Amino acid sequence: MSSREIEVILSRQWADSLSTAVFIVDPEGNLIFYNEHAEALLGLRYEETGVMPVSEWSSIFTPKDDEGNILPAEKLPLVVTLTDRRPAHGEFWIRNLKGTDYKISVTSFPIMGKPDRFLGGIAIFWKKKAK
Amino acid sequence: MPSPGRDMAKYGGNTSCVQVEHEDTCLILDGGSGIQELGNSLDPDTPVINLVLTHLHLDHIMGLGYFKPFYNPKCTVNIWGPRGSNESLVERLRRYFSPPFFPVRLKELPAKINIFEIDNSAFEISSLRIQSEYICHPGPTVGYRVECDASVLCYLPDHEPALGSSDFPHSTEWCSGFNIAQNADLLLHDGQYSQKGYERKVGWGHSSMEDAIDFAQLSRVKRMLIFHHDPLHSDETLERLFEKSASNKEFDFKLALARENDSFVLG
Repeated sequence: MSSREIEVILSRQWADSLSTAVFIVDPEGNLIFYNEHAEALLGLRYEETGVMPVSEWSSIFTPKDDEGNILPAEKLPLVVTLTDRRPAHGEFWIRNLKGTDYKISVTSFPIMGKPDRFLGGIAIFWKKKAK
Repeated sequence: MPSPGRDMAKYGGNTSCVQVEHEDTCLILDGGSGIQELGNSLDPDTPVINLVLTHLHLDHIMGLGYFKPFYNPKCTVNIWGPRGSNESLVERLRRYFSPPFFPVRLKELPAKINIFEIDNSAFEISSLRIQSEYICHPGPTVGYRVECDASVLCYLPDHEPALGSSDFPHSTEWCSGFNIAQNADLLLHDGQYSQKGYERKVGWGHSSMEDAIDFAQLSRVKRMLIFHHDPLHSDETLERLFEKSASNKEFDFKLALARENDSFVLG
């Protein structure tokens, strides 16, 4: 398999070294990596799921607002980052695959390689509270 | 840093510079201190010289001011290299070719100079097909893959593939440099450190000899020369580290330490 862009490889290295949950997606929105802290939050294991398309990861955790309305994919910060190639931020509820509801805070930003190559996006998650 | 002296006489003390010859094409990889001697040995009537730079750290450009063809008004020197985040390649080269670092400015060099910026690029120089790709090393740094007919040379003088990969050396997908190194007939690869030395310098952009061997095995190359020796390592130290590193590894390609003025025929 071909190797990924060095900016993406180093993003994974950085994500691997953090004690904060991190998602990395490619320009098409495929979830190409999430770190151990994201695994714990989401109840998934990267080694088991491998790459996930945007249609899957944007709905699998049933993201909802404070009123319990399901958020469409285009409202999720990482999808905004992919669509508009800009940083985005949001807070919403998710249900992980173990059935636990969490309110999370998400900040995402584009990966821009030299010189101005759009290589995907990174989202950092903070768990705010659990139900 | 160049490291001349009796203790470095076998493998050489110049910094990075490699020449590739094919028919009438002259291609030079990097302009370290070795380019001074190379410039003196070239035919003074060589009309065009092609120089590709991996990056602009001093040990890869320090010989440029002493490169004879730059002072020949009949010579054209084409230079390829990566731009900086905020500076063009020509602006970065001007910083070297200007006081107090060097008395002659870039625009004052008598040769005709053409400068081309590259990133993850593919381009041709006569019948040589060249691919550049950003690799793991501080600052904008590329490696080069040079193909001619069915022969492949890969040049990764400053490269730390173990840094970016959590499961190095098992995944090609997450390994810097793999795309340009795969199946090369000859790989020139950074092997600056011992394994113990590397552990104190993770993130500095260089490899241990052992990691270089693992990278070459993952990339399925046919031959590797360990390159970019630590300037503090004597010939004796290099050989001791090399024997130890090679004996710890299983690999199925030809392996040696690069020596100054080594010459190889590919194809």
